[in-house]
Amino acid sequence: MSWFKKLKQKLTGAPETTEEQLVEDVVVEEKPELDQREESAVEQEEVEELEEVVEVEAEVEEQEEQAEMTMLDSILEDVPEDKKKEVEEEVSLFGKFKLGLAKTRDSFTSKINDLVAQFREVDEEFFEELEEVLLQADVGFETVMELIDELEMEVKRQNIKDTSGMQSLISEKLVDIYNAAGDDEDMSLNMQPEGETTVILMVGVNGVGKTTTIGKLAARFQKEGKTVMLAAGDTFRAGAIDQLVVWGERAGVEVIRQAEGSDPAAVMFDAIQAAKKRKVDVLICDTAGRLQNKVNLMTELEKIHRVIGRELPGAPHEVLLALDATTGQNALVQAETFKEATDVTGIVLTKLDGTAKGGIVLAIRKKMNIPVKFVGLGEGIDDLQPFDPDKYVYGLFADGLEMESVTEDK
Amino acid sequence: MAFQGLAERLQATMQKITGKGKITEQDVKDMMREVRFALIEADVNLKVVKKFVKTVSERAIGQEVMKSLTPGQQVVKIVKDELTELMGGEQNPIQFSRKPPTVIMMVGLQGAGKTTTTGKLATVLRKKHNRKPLLVAADVYRPAAIQQLETLGKQIDMPVFSLGTDVSPVEITRQALEHAKEEHQDVVMIDTAGRLHVDENLMQELVDIKELAQPDEIFLVVDAMTGQDAVNVAKSFDDALGVTGVVLTKLDGDTRGGAALSIREVTGKPIKFVGMGEKMDALEPFHPERMASRILGMGDVMSLIEKAQANVDEEKAKELEDKFMNQTFTLDDFLEQMDQVKKMGPLDELLKMIPGMNKMKGLENAQVDEKQMGQIEAIIRSMTPEERTFPEKMNASRKKRVATGSGTTISQVNRLLKQFEDMKKMVKQMSGMAGKGKKKKMPSFDQFFK
Repeated sequence: MSWFKKLKQKLTGAPETTEEQLVEDVVVEEKPELDQREESAVEQEEVEELEEVVEVEAEVEEQEEQAEMTMLDSILEDVPEDKKKEVEEEVSLFGKFKLGLAKTRDSFTSKINDLVAQFREVDEEFFEELEEVLLQADVGFETVMELIDELEMEVKRQNIKDTSGMQSLISEKLVDIYNAAGDDEDMSLNMQPEGETTVILMVGVNGVGKTTTIGKLAARFQKEGKTVMLAAGDTFRAGAIDQLVVWGERAGVEVIRQAEGSDPAAVMFDAIQAAKKRKVDVLICDTAGRLQNKVNLMTELEKIHRVIGRELPGAPHEVLLALDATTGQNALVQAETFKEATDVTGIVLTKLDGTAKGGIVLAIRKKMNIPVKFVGLGEGIDDLQPFDPDKYVYGLFADGLEMESVTEDK
Repeated sequence: MAFQGLAERLQATMQKITGKGKITEQDVKDMMREVRFALIEADVNLKVVKKFVKTVSERAIGQEVMKSLTPGQQVVKIVKDELTELMGGEQNPIQFSRKPPTVIMMVGLQGAGKTTTTGKLATVLRKKHNRKPLLVAADVYRPAAIQQLETLGKQIDMPVFSLGTDVSPVEITRQALEHAKEEHQDVVMIDTAGRLHVDENLMQELVDIKELAQPDEIFLVVDAMTGQDAVNVAKSFDDALGVTGVVLTKLDGDTRGGAALSIREVTGKPIKFVGMGEKMDALEPFHPERMASRILGMGDVMSLIEKAQANVDEEKAKELEDKFMNQTFTLDDFLEQMDQVKKMGPLDELLKMIPGMNKMKGLENAQVDEKQMGQIEAIIRSMTPEERTFPEKMNASRKKRVATGSGTTISQVNRLLKQFEDMKKMVKQMSGMAGKGKKKKMPSFDQFFK
């Protein structure tokens, strides 16, 4: 079957090749050519990951997904007894991220893999197909064109003739795009020293998952042993306050609220006073969803931002823009406008557990240098994970490589 | 450069070509590249774009464009025609069951706007079709989803059926149908929980609800901002449920809304409504032609004209115009004109519909401040009828009184009077030029907001 036919089938949702087959494919296609540097880089990453994860007291949940269990089993086989627990924990956390991305990854990675497998030569046709794969991930025209240009140059410089080395080159370039703006930038949240309140303001258009993300964030901080308070700043949408209150109950944190229809800036004022008085570690402020072209609503948001800063100098310490991974090119305008109004410091990419890829975050990063700080991978209270650009891009494009090295490593 | 319309793009391409005297096939190809750009940037699915560009190319390479004196415009026209046709010809009314109640199911991803749309649609059904809808709260998963529907129900004064979150949505539906029959509610609207199209369990739940309720309409609610993934979503929902129509929400944003085209192409199902705002009456029928203009970044004159027709009292407009021409236009009349415009909806919305308005630098952010309008209204209303007819009578003490009465300042009152005077002068000049009141165009009162 030709590459075109395969691609078409994928796009129309016809039966897909299973992951096993794909991995096999990759093993056959990729292994001989795997360049040494690449492999050690992956290993290095794995080790770092392990260290990172061991610090986090991740709980292994009872009902892990079947797929994950199989993966776990195969990995655990050759691991010494005393190390088992650690590896288990690592796989659990890492696995969640990956499982959430699985559908995204399956179709996407397989496309890249197919691309590499089907095209023997790196020619114009190859780049055309690559361009399409990227466009379908909502990466956006400009970014895709720039990436293709760079790749073409790289191919010329290294005099690459066949496609075998392309997979890693593509991933590399994408990570580069993401990191170009600042390699050693601190992607973690800007938390205040102990004894001071960190204020996080959540903004975004309607229906992207702001309130849900706040619920998850609250649970996260709570787990870290911080005291958390929420401010129900969406006084507009029907039921929004109740929604936040339910999340507050789930996470066991206090919610500062006023009646529906009251001034959101007043809610913030109250919340900051309460947070100061009770000396909470983190105050997370919800706001009503607003389309970025509604100037009056954006002005209201500016006012909310201003009031917070006035009541607590330096605050808000983080302004998180919730972006729906399903959103297309409009996300770029969203990021621009919200940044103008509230000086957005980070993005939470929500609903990444669907088939959408959220590729527009690459363009946003490139143009505005706003990093993604978290990704939302489901409706559960634990389904929020810190964003790791390497892992994200790697997970999207070069999963075959990664899986391989994990098993080889053991 | 990101959101240039197709028209400008083609113009730029054409500028390179003009002077050659003849359009070649290669030129058409270049133009098609621009068409492709524009559509992808509007979030039309790539696969759909490809197919579409092929169709358009065939037409363009044919006689139509090559021989035309204005190939650029010709291409735009072909593109727009084809887009319009693709998005489906005539309006599709809602299917009502012959045996009440009519059952409508609302489905879609999380955050698409199902609950809000349910409220809006219920309002339409009552107002335009004289129906008595029952809203059913079948979202037992998202926190406070039921409260949201209940609050909406209160706002629009519509009954809401709910059994809390411990009962399965299928059971809720079953009891709701019984309840509707008892209460003689002739439409049952089931607001289901948002779900991912790849979530098999939850998709099965929708199938179960469908089996039980045998809905007359299944509306897929889709966010107009959706990107390339729209086709996957629409296809999965359609495959599982056989949706009967699509509601496109959040179209009052500045997204191009290419998802509309993708969905239509993939499912073949009509887009029946578009959500245009957060208020409960902000649901409009879908117009393929306008959507085509929007995707191409060409403005929406039709909507503007229709809004004007629906809201401006023609007799009053005529009367005002006469007064204008006869120089008997007073501040009272001005107030009236302002009211008429206000009825058409938020002014910034109106501005956006005017072609070219969105790309005029400076004007794109020229927000007409509704507050300022309110102030002008307050100033005029604080004046006596005599003062409104003869503004020249306003002396210092009257101005002071008016400023106090309207909660504004004397300088604001002064500015209004000055502007009104200027406007009158302008009218005088204009009617002088146009002869016997032939000039149709009224001077805009834009200047009042500068």
